[in-house]
Amino acid sequence: MAPKPESWIKPLPQGLFVEPGGFFVDPVRAADRAVVTHGHGDHARPGNGAVLATAGTIAIMRSRLGEGAGKSLQAAAYGERIDINGVGVTLHPAGHVLGSAQVLLEWQGSRVVVSGDYKRRPDPTCALFEPIPCDVFITEATFALPVFRHPPDEEEIGRLLHSVALFPERCHVVGVYALGKAQRVIALLRRAGWDKPLWLHGALMELCQLYQSLGVDLGELRHATEAKKEELAGSIVLAPPGALADRWSRRLPDPVSAMASGWMRVRQRAKQRGVELPLVISDHADWDELCQTLEDVNAGEVWVTHGREEALVHHAALKGRKARALSLVGFEDDEA
Amino acid sequence: MNRFAHLLDALVFAPARNTKLRLLSDYFATTPDPDRGWALAALTGNLGFTNAKPAMVRGLAAERLDPLLFDLSYDFVGDLAETVALIWEPQTRGHNEPLHLAAIVEALQGAGRAEVPRLFETWLDRLDAQGRWALIKLVTGGLRVGVSARLAKTALAEWGKVPVEQIEEVWHGLAPPYPELFAWLGEGGPVPAPDTMAAYRSAMLAHPLEESEIAALEPSDFRAEWKWDGIRVQLVAGPGIVRLFTRTGEEIGATFPDILEAAAGLHVVVDGELLVRFGAEVAPFNDLQQRLNRKTVDRRLLEKFPAAVRIYDILFEGTEDLRSLSFDERRARLETWYARATPPPDRFDLSPLVTFASWAELAEVRAGSAALGSEGIMLKRRSSPYLAGRPKGHWYKWKRDPDTVDAVMMYAQRGHGKRSSFFSDFTFGCWLEDLEGQATELVPVGKAYFGFTDAELAELDKWVRHHTVQRFGPVAQVEPKLVCELAFDSVSRSTRHKSGLALRFPRIARIRWDKPANEADRVATLVARVK
Ligand SMILES: [Zn+2]
Ligand SMILES: [Zn+2]
Repeated sequence: MAPKPESWIKPLPQGLFVEPGGFFVDPVRAADRAVVTHGHGDHARPGNGAVLATAGTIAIMRSRLGEGAGKSLQAAAYGERIDINGVGVTLHPAGHVLGSAQVLLEWQGSRVVVSGDYKRRPDPTCALFEPIPCDVFITEATFALPVFRHPPDEEEIGRLLHSVALFPERCHVVGVYALGKAQRVIALLRRAGWDKPLWLHGALMELCQLYQSLGVDLGELRHATEAKKEELAGSIVLAPPGALADRWSRRLPDPVSAMASGWMRVRQRAKQRGVELPLVISDHADWDELCQTLEDVNAGEVWVTHGREEALVHHAALKGRKARALSLVGFEDDEA
Repeated sequence: MNRFAHLLDALVFAPARNTKLRLLSDYFATTPDPDRGWALAALTGNLGFTNAKPAMVRGLAAERLDPLLFDLSYDFVGDLAETVALIWEPQTRGHNEPLHLAAIVEALQGAGRAEVPRLFETWLDRLDAQGRWALIKLVTGGLRVGVSARLAKTALAEWGKVPVEQIEEVWHGLAPPYPELFAWLGEGGPVPAPDTMAAYRSAMLAHPLEESEIAALEPSDFRAEWKWDGIRVQLVAGPGIVRLFTRTGEEIGATFPDILEAAAGLHVVVDGELLVRFGAEVAPFNDLQQRLNRKTVDRRLLEKFPAAVRIYDILFEGTEDLRSLSFDERRARLETWYARATPPPDRFDLSPLVTFASWAELAEVRAGSAALGSEGIMLKRRSSPYLAGRPKGHWYKWKRDPDTVDAVMMYAQRGHGKRSSFFSDFTFGCWLEDLEGQATELVPVGKAYFGFTDAELAELDKWVRHHTVQRFGPVAQVEPKLVCELAFDSVSRSTRHKSGLALRFPRIARIRWDKPANEADRVATLVARVK
C-alpha cells in the first residue's frame, strides 16, 4: 500500500518539506535543496543551495537575484522526470508566468502534485496549465471565493482601449506586477492591435527584455522617463502598482490610473487604491478554475494553501473530497 | 443595460468632474432611446421603484447559494449589492439578445410586488456581474455614483452644444424617458416648450467685483442691495401650483412646506434668498443648513428654524413676462405687486435697497453688513434686463473682506484625480489655552483644500512628506509646526469638530513659513467671532 501523504510531505515553518527526498518546494527560508515553482519573490527566495526549476524560472531568478539564485542551478524541461533521493520529481506547466511549473512528486506509489501558483486560461507569454491526475493535490487559493470570476482578457483590454479613445489627451498608466503581468498585458495589447510603442517604468524593463530574449514578442518598448510629456498624451504607460500614487506619476500628462489585478474585481479594493480604471486581469485561477481543477486532477485529497483556504476546503468537502487547509507561512496576496 | 452598467461603473471610479462629463456625454451620444432617457432619469433622481428592496435581493441569493460561501464572500466584499452581483451564477445560459434598461424599467413599473422577485431573478441570470450590480443599485435606489442632476444636465448641454440654462428652463416640463429632449439635443429637433407656468427660469447671476474695478463704474448707474447669506431660490406660484427651485433648477419645495403653504394663491415668479428668519432677524447660515438636505420635515424643525424668502426681483407677474424690463422698472413692479398681493410677511419680505451717493459711502455701509447677517453688497445696473446666466457688466457681488485666522496644519490627505499624488487636503487647528493664556492643545477648526498655487501645492506636499509623524491610510498626521493664514466667510457653532466651531469656505490665504506655531490663533478668538 502506498504511504500516507502526510507521512512523507510535511508543512514546516521553512516551507513544504519532502522528507525522503530531503528537499523543500518553494522554501521560505534558504534551504540546502529546493524545487522552485516560479520566479515570484514569495516562491523563489535567495540563498538556496541546489535549486531545481525550469530553464525559464532559472533565467528569471538569475536576473532578479543574481548570485543569490542558488549555488547550483539545475534546469528541468516540462515532463522530464528527475530523481532526488528516490523521489521522482516532474515539472508540468502551471500557466501562471513564464517558466512556472507544478511539481509532481512520486514516492513508493504515492502521487502528490504541488500546484504552485496557476491559472487555466491561455496566456501568450507562457505554457498552458496541464491537469495531472494525483492522489493529493496541494492547491493555491488566492482567489478562492465565489465572488472572484475573472472576465475574458479581451474584454478587459477592450475597456482599456475604449478609455484611451475616450480621453486621447490623457495618458493611461497601468499598474502591473513586474513579473508576468507586465508582459502578459503587453502581449494582450499587441493582440488587440495596439502597435504603438509602449512606455515602461524603469523597474519593468529588465524582465520585459528577458522575456523578449526568451522568444516572447512584446513589440517596441521604451523608457517612460525618456519621453517628452507631449509624447505621452494618448499613450499607454506601464508601471509597478506602487508607482501609481507615487511622485513618479507626476511626469505623466493628466494620467488615468488603471490597474491590472484580480483584486480589481471588488470595487472597494479598487477604490481604496485610488484606481480610476480597474482591469480584472489575473495570473491566478479564479473560483471556477479552482473548482474545475479539483475535478480535473480528481485527487482523493486536497490540501489548500496560499489564500482563502476556508471557502475552497468547504467546496471540496461539499463535492465529497477530503480537504484541509495547510498553513504555510510566507506567501503574500500578490498583485498577480 | 450593459452600457448603463459600464457608465455607472466608470462614474464610480472617475474622480474628476471633467471625466464624469466626458463619460456622460459619450453615453448620451452613443446610446439609443429610450434607454438613455431612463438612465438620465435614474441619474437625476427621477426614477424610483418601491416594489423592490435589498431584503428581496438577499433572499434570492440565499435560494441559490451555499450559506457559508455567501457569508465568507459578503465578509470579504462588504457590500450586499456587490456581493450578490459578483457571486450570482446564471442558471439559464444562451439568452443572447441583450437586456435593455428600458425593458427593465417598463417591466418593473407594470409589475406587482409579488411578481418582482421572479422578474429580478431572470434579469440577474441574463446580466454579467457589472450589469447585475447596476441592476441592484438601480432598483434598490442607491446609485451613489457622484453625479448630481446639475452635472448630468451639464453633460447634456455639452453634448447638445446648448447652454445648460436652456436645458434647465425646459427640464421641468419634461418627463422620463425625455424623447423630446434627446430629439432636440441629438437630432436638431425643436426646442421643447417650457412647462409655461410651473417651469424654472434660469437665474441671472453676478460677477465678483474686484476693488480695482470699482472706480470705473458710475455710482448713479447702480442700485445696491444687501447680499444675504442664505441660498438663492426662485419661487414659482400659479393657479393650483407652487414650486421652489434652487438656482440650478433643483426643486426643493418638499423640504420647505412652510414656504409653499404661504405662497398658495399667489400668481408670480420671484427671485430671492431663502433664509431662516425670526421676525426681522436673519439666523446664521448654519440654521438654514438644518433645513436643507432633509427629505422630510417635522413640526419641531419648522418651528425651530422657520424659513422665509427675502425677495429681490420679479420675473413674471401673472402670465406677464417682466424679464425684458429694466431693473428699476422691475423693482417698481415688485413693490406694487407686494403691496397689493400682501403675502404673509413672516414668510415673504422685500430685500431693501441700500441708498448711497458714492462708492466710499457704500464701502462704509458694506463694512457694517455683518451685523445684519449679510455678507456684503450686491450692485445691480439700473438699466439691465433680467438675463439668464452670468452676463458681464450687469450684476456684481461686492463681498466684505473675508475674516482670517492663523491656524496650524494638523493632518494632510491625498487629493483626487490630478492631485492624487499630492497631499492637497489639509486639516487646520487652533489652540486651546490655559488660564495664563498659554497654548495647551491644538483642536481642528476646518479643512482647506484650495487657495494655493500649483507651486505652493508642491511646497506644501514636500513639507508634509518631511514632517509626517503617523499615517492612517491616505491621511498623514504632521508635526504641528506649519502656520497658514486661512481666509473664511464666517464661523459658526458645529459639532463636527472638537473645537465646537466650523469655518465657512476656509481657504489658504497665505503660508506663514515664518510664524512659530505657538503664535497661531486661539480657539477663543474664533469663538468671539461666532455670529
Ligand atoms: Zn506567483
Ligand atoms: Zn504566490
